[in-house]
This record gives sequence, structure tokens and C-alpha cells, in this order.
Amino acid sequence: MDRNVETHEYDVVVIGAGGAGLRAAIEARLQGKRVAIISKSLFGKAHTVMAEGGCAASMGNVNPNDNWMVHYRDTMRGGKFLNNWRMAELHAKEAPDRVWELETYGALFDRTKDGKISQRNFGGHTYPRLAHVGDRTGLELIRTLQQKIVSLQQDDHKVTGDYQSHLRVYHECTITELLKTDGRIAGCFGYFRNDGRFVRFDAPAIVLATGGVGKSYQVTSNSWEYTGDGHALALRAGATLINMEFLQFHPTGMVWPPSVKGILVTESVRGDGGVLRNSEGKRFMFDYIPDVFKEQYATTEEEGDRWYTDPDNNRRPPELLPRDEVARAINSEVKAGRGSPHGGVFLDIASRLKPEEILKRLPSMHHQFKELADVDITKEPMEVGPTCHYVMGGIEVDPDTGMSSVPGLFAAGECSGGMHGSNRLGGNSLSDLLVFGRRTGLYAAQFSEGARPAVAREDVDAAVERALLPFTTAAEQGENPFVVQLELQKCMHELVGIIRKEDEMEMALKKLEDIATRTRTVVVEGHREFNPGWHLALDLRNMLLVSLCVAKAALERQESRGGHTRDDFPVMDSDWRHILLVCSALGEDNVELTRKEQIPMRPELFDLFELDELKKYYTGEELGGHRA
Amino acid sequence: MSHWHHFRVWRGDQGGGKLEDYPVEVNEGEVVLDIIHRLQQTEANDLACRWNCKAGKCGSCSVEINGKPRLACMTRMSTFADDEVVTVTPLRTFPVIRDLVTDVEFNYVKAREVPAFAPPEGVAPGEYRMQQVDVERSQEFRKCIECYLCQNTCHAVRDHEENKEAFSGPRYLMRIAELDMHPLDAADRKDMAQDDHGLGYCNITKCCTEVCPEHIKITDNALIPMKERVVDRKYDPIVWLGNKLFRR
Repeated sequence: MDRNVETHEYDVVVIGAGGAGLRAAIEARLQGKRVAIISKSLFGKAHTVMAEGGCAASMGNVNPNDNWMVHYRDTMRGGKFLNNWRMAELHAKEAPDRVWELETYGALFDRTKDGKISQRNFGGHTYPRLAHVGDRTGLELIRTLQQKIVSLQQDDHKVTGDYQSHLRVYHECTITELLKTDGRIAGCFGYFRNDGRFVRFDAPAIVLATGGVGKSYQVTSNSWEYTGDGHALALRAGATLINMEFLQFHPTGMVWPPSVKGILVTESVRGDGGVLRNSEGKRFMFDYIPDVFKEQYATTEEEGDRWYTDPDNNRRPPELLPRDEVARAINSEVKAGRGSPHGGVFLDIASRLKPEEILKRLPSMHHQFKELADVDITKEPMEVGPTCHYVMGGIEVDPDTGMSSVPGLFAAGECSGGMHGSNRLGGNSLSDLLVFGRRTGLYAAQFSEGARPAVAREDVDAAVERALLPFTTAAEQGENPFVVQLELQKCMHELVGIIRKEDEMEMALKKLEDIATRTRTVVVEGHREFNPGWHLALDLRNMLLVSLCVAKAALERQESRGGHTRDDFPVMDSDWRHILLVCSALGEDNVELTRKEQIPMRPELFDLFELDELKKYYTGEELGGHRA
Repeated sequence: MSHWHHFRVWRGDQGGGKLEDYPVEVNEGEVVLDIIHRLQQTEANDLACRWNCKAGKCGSCSVEINGKPRLACMTRMSTFADDEVVTVTPLRTFPVIRDLVTDVEFNYVKAREVPAFAPPEGVAPGEYRMQQVDVERSQEFRKCIECYLCQNTCHAVRDHEENKEAFSGPRYLMRIAELDMHPLDAADRKDMAQDDHGLGYCNITKCCTEVCPEHIKITDNALIPMKERVVDRKYDPIVWLGNKLFRR
């Protein structure tokens, strides 16, 4: 087999071409650096297009009471105070500028009457805060950033005569190894999907922006790309992951027909008035308001309904609780036998808005249900249930610069950890990737001005061997990679899913051990040209490693908080709030877990909360520094 | 509720290929992409096919199904009769890489040639003011998921390889229209549509509109208005004046 390796040299290499990766690349280029963007899919197809509802930023266009402090408080509450508070602070402060900047790139958000960017309500956000374009905000974001990249390439073309001289997209390219020399990033290695040729990028600074891990689950809103590549690459390079036990199961995924199970139904349906009902027709969310949120949510349907038109004098309906609460509630209703025919609950917008309003505000949802499920959402309710959607955990980074513990290795967006704590609020992912995409691009550019370690020849040779392993050592008894993947997904779904138990997770870890052995010997047939079997064989390694992180961390954390619910420890425990579980690699396909103390919040941020609220989350001795 | 269906899939590469027959199991509610995935998981591990979101939002899984350009993820198996052969072939207008995957680089080259949004001078970020009614025209075009079905079906390039140089195709002519209709774009784009991107090659047969999975009225709302603007300016000042005075 051809072992040639094509080589490129850059200042900054960005792995991942979703919102975070593109924003990082834009920033690094604006800093004058030569930048490569590497994308597993075609340029412009990244998972960011799936984001529907909007991008949270406290611009205050719809309710002038909004500001960064309110957004900060909402984010910390949503994450149950386990968030990296510095990231949450930077995020809340910088999000408006990042959104406004998009308009200068050509974005066209929906407008308010006075011509400003319109903002919509979403779960956990005190005020209407999400900049949006109908229910296709992610597409607008990715297209805008893609077009800004093109615009920068046009500027370069004017100077050099070559569009790709300083900013180039290498699409349909998968990175399989990060290369280090003397403990610092020196480059990365991978292959082009279309013809299988190997490629290496030498660069002193690499930004990981590879998104999430959802493909390790059976029911997920994530695409094939979400195999935890960045998480696994970082681990193998010696970086650490935090908060891996926290996975967000979005409360509303499609449940029928089976082939679309898991596909996202935007939270905007609820933000715009949609309500959840069980098979008895009851709006059950009123039964599931947890104590920590009692003051902020309506206790009667009448008050909840009044809130849509008079939010200043009424409390919001509980359908708009943070996602973890709603997902658990749906799960309980279905378990109690009050589910819909296909194992979900009913999400009803038809009886709440006029058909023309629904078509205007939720066109993609109307289209999706009409074409995939034969359901007209202007006439009948949707059937929905939880779907694995987002991983809060990720690469542990410095909050200001986004750099991991490996010098030269940065991470932004979903593959980084800390910002969202134990649960992310809807709308905070698009703003996260803009804020921290820009920051990592900026600091990676600065970092690239330092030493440029040379890539070691033997590291490249080893990477080639590893990539060819599925062809060369395919044992006779080796399995079909698709079969092993299905088994991994089933294991995680059934044993480390939305509700977790100690014995089940122990069983999962045993199964993962077995799956690890089988992953090493999967058989790949044929050639290297666009061979999905080979691609999956290599991705499986990553899926396995992140699944181990999720399972081990979930077993360790003996409490329920945000995206981690333990059947055997159902209560949130203040003694766990300040503890972070840190994963690091142990050999090729295992991980070890250590505990780490969360750094206490800066006093002036701590004082933004009332003492009574903090008491629900913090231990007594932690409250000493509060202004009260 | 499963049944067996006769599938034919084009397998091959630049060097050539052929249709291969596969009997496959089909379950209730499934789409063509589900069947392709089933083939990959069973008897054709190396069957190449692009896909991402599986929800009609990313525009990756464009193929031709029984000769019609479609998204595989949005084509339900229930739209075929049980005994109807389902033939899946790669997009015809672009060079094949392998099986159902084609080289769509043409589109990226054309995208780079459309001058980007020109921000209005003296308007700071955060100060952009636009009315909803004014942004809606361009918003329709920004629904485009870049599946390239319109590019694939447009006979100006589908049957005329030689036109690819001069003609950017409906997707990128629509992009010019989108920027032209952007309330705050500062550039003048009429001449470039005609001179640099081959708007004149379009003879408004609306094939692009018919295949658009986002139901964008590409011809009526983007291409024809662009043509009118070009004509107004280029050839007929009287019509231009008449339009100004009486029609609008």
C-alpha cells in the first residue's frame, strides 16, 4: 500500500470546520497567520447546521433589562454551578459583540420592529435572548462564517493571486494523530477520505474544534462525524478531559418513524408556546418543577400562558425549564405508562398558534415532520422523547486562551469542557463557539510566533502504521466495524444512558473492555478510496475512548446533577459541586480518573447571586465570602 | 412491517462502473439513505456515500434516484411501489470519485468567485438596522443548504461541460441576487452576474426550482429579477423608467 505522506506547513491548523473551527480560523487569519482548516465533511456541512433555535447573547433588543450579568446567572444556574465560572463570564460578556460582528460578515437575522436583531425565549434564559433566523439559525451561522472565510481568501487573492495562499480548507480529511516534539505540538497526521492518501500538517499551534461524542449512543441527534475525535486526540496527546459524565439528552427528539428516531425537534417550539402533554392530555411539566427553580416558574397553566404576552408580571411555564429537567420528566412520564403510542410524549403547538404563525416561525420543523413522519404540526401534536444531543464534558482548557495542558494544543466549542458545567442552556452553544472560537484563534496565532518544534520522522511512520492497521492486521476472525459500532452504541444507550445505576455502569465497563479488544481486530475490505468501513474502523477507536471516559466518570460521581442522573443517588449533593472529574489516557485504549477541586468563583461574581439561591448549591463553609 | 425491495446502486469510480443489484429489507418509515446504510452495514461495507445530518438540513446526501436529483435522506421508501426497482446513481454533472460520491469542487470554485458581502461604510457592528420585510427576500435564498441539486440538474452545465467555465449555475447566481437584495450590501452586482457568472445562459426553464429540497423559488425570485435588473440597466432605459414610474 502507498505509504507516501503529503506534507504542508502552517502557523495554525484548525481541526474541525463547524462554527468554532471557522471562527478560530478567521481570527488566526486576521492576526496575519497562515491557517489550514481541516474538515471531515465537505466545507459548510458541519454539525453546526443542525442548531435550530438561536444564539444566546444579552443584546437587550427585545427586553432592555437583559445584560451580561443576567445571562451569566442563567448560565451558572443551568449548569448547576459546576461551570468554569470564568468561561461563563467571558461568554456572557462577549457574546453580543460576536453576534453583531456576524452582521458585518453578511448574516441576516430576523428583526425587531425597530430593525434590530430579534431575540426569542428559550429554556433557562430569563429574557428573550436568542438571535435567530426562523428555526435554521445554525445554517445561517455556518454559511456566514463560510462566506467570511471566502471573503478573506478573496482578499488574499488580490495580493498573492491565489485564493488559498494563506487560508485553505482541506475538506473530507480526517486527522488520526497529533504529533508532539519535546512536549509541544509539532503537527498532525491524517488521511483524505476521497482517495485515502496520507497527509501531515506541520504547525506549532493546533485548535481542536471537532464537536461532540453523540455517535456513541443509539438515539442521538448527532451525525456520523460526532465520534469524539478531538476528545480522543487530545487525550492521546497527553491533555485531560473534564466533566465527561455530563451528557445532554435533548428532551425533544423525534421518536417515530424508527429511522428518524433521535432527530432534533427544536426547543423553539416550546419557546414559541408549544406545550408538553402526556397520554391523558395533562401538561405534566407542572409536576416536575424542582425546588431550586420553584421561584422562577409558573405553578398554574393560566400564569404560564400569561407569561408569553406579559413576562414582567408572570413566571415562565415549566416547559421552559433547563433541558435536563424536561428530559427527565419526559422519561418519567413514559416509564409511568403515560407516554404516546411510539414511546414519547406529545408536543403540541397546533392548538397554541395559528397555522400561518407556525409556518413562519417553525418552517423547518413543519417540513421535517411533514416529509419524514407524515405529521402536519399545524394540525396535530408531535411525538417526542429524549435524544443524546450534546456533551458538556471536554478538553480541559485555560478559560482565557483555550489552551489545554499540552503547549500549542487549543480547543473550542463542544469538544472543550467547563463552560456549561453539568448542563448547557439552549442557545448557549452557538454563542460559545463564537466567543471561544475567536479566543482560541487569537491565542493560537500568538502562540505560533514561538518555537516551531520539528515533527519526528518515526512519529509519522508510526501514525502510518496505525492508520493501516485495519487492513494489515485484520485477523481472520475480525469483525465488521459496523457491527462493533452498533454494539458500542447499544451498550452506552442501555447502560450509561439518561438514568444511571452503579451495577449497570460496571457492566458497561466490562462490555467496553470486550469491545476494545474487538475494535483492535475489525476487518476492513478493499481499498482506501472513500471506504466507509475503513473510516469507521479508525473512528471507532475514538468512540471507545470517550465512552470509557463517560462511563468511568459517571460511575464515580455519586449524585445527580444536570446531565448526569443516578437512580441510586437521585439527589444533588453540595459536596460534589466543587469536584471535577478529570480523565487522562492510560495507554492506547484506556483512561484513568482523578479528582480535582473547582476554583472558587471570584467574589464580585459570587455577589451577583442572592445568598438564598446559593444555599441550594453550596456547602455552608463555601458561603462565607458572600456579601450578605 | 418490513418487506423486501429491489435496489440497484451504481458502483465504480472514474475508470467506469456498473449498476449492481441488491435485494434489501425495508422497514416502515425508512428513507433511501437508511437502505444505503443497511447495505454498508451488511453486504457492501465499502459502498461510498456522503451523508451528515440525515434530516434534510446539510445537503450532503445528494444523489439521483430513478433519474431524479434528490436528497437520499428525504426520499421515503413509501413513495415507491413495493415492486418498483429503486435505482440510485451519483450526480451526473460532477465527476465521480467512487460509487455515489462525486467531486463537487466546481461549486467551491464558483463560490470563491462571487465577491463577498460588502459592509456599508461608517456603520459600526451593532448599528445595523434592517426591516424584517426587507431581509426576507435574501433570507429565502439563505435557506439554501448547498446540496447542489440545482447545479446538477441545470441543463446549461448538465449537458454542456464546456459551459462550466463561464456559467456559475443557479446556486451562485442566486447568491449574487441574495447579496444584491441585501438591504445593506454596498457593492453593485448587476454587471457581474451577466459578465462574470453567465446569467445569460439561464433560459428560465425552472428545473433548478423543481429539484430544490428547500422549495426556494430560485428562478422566479432570484434569477428572473436579476435578469430584469441587468436588462433594465444594459439595454432599455425606457423600460427601466417605465418600471420605475408605473409598476412599482
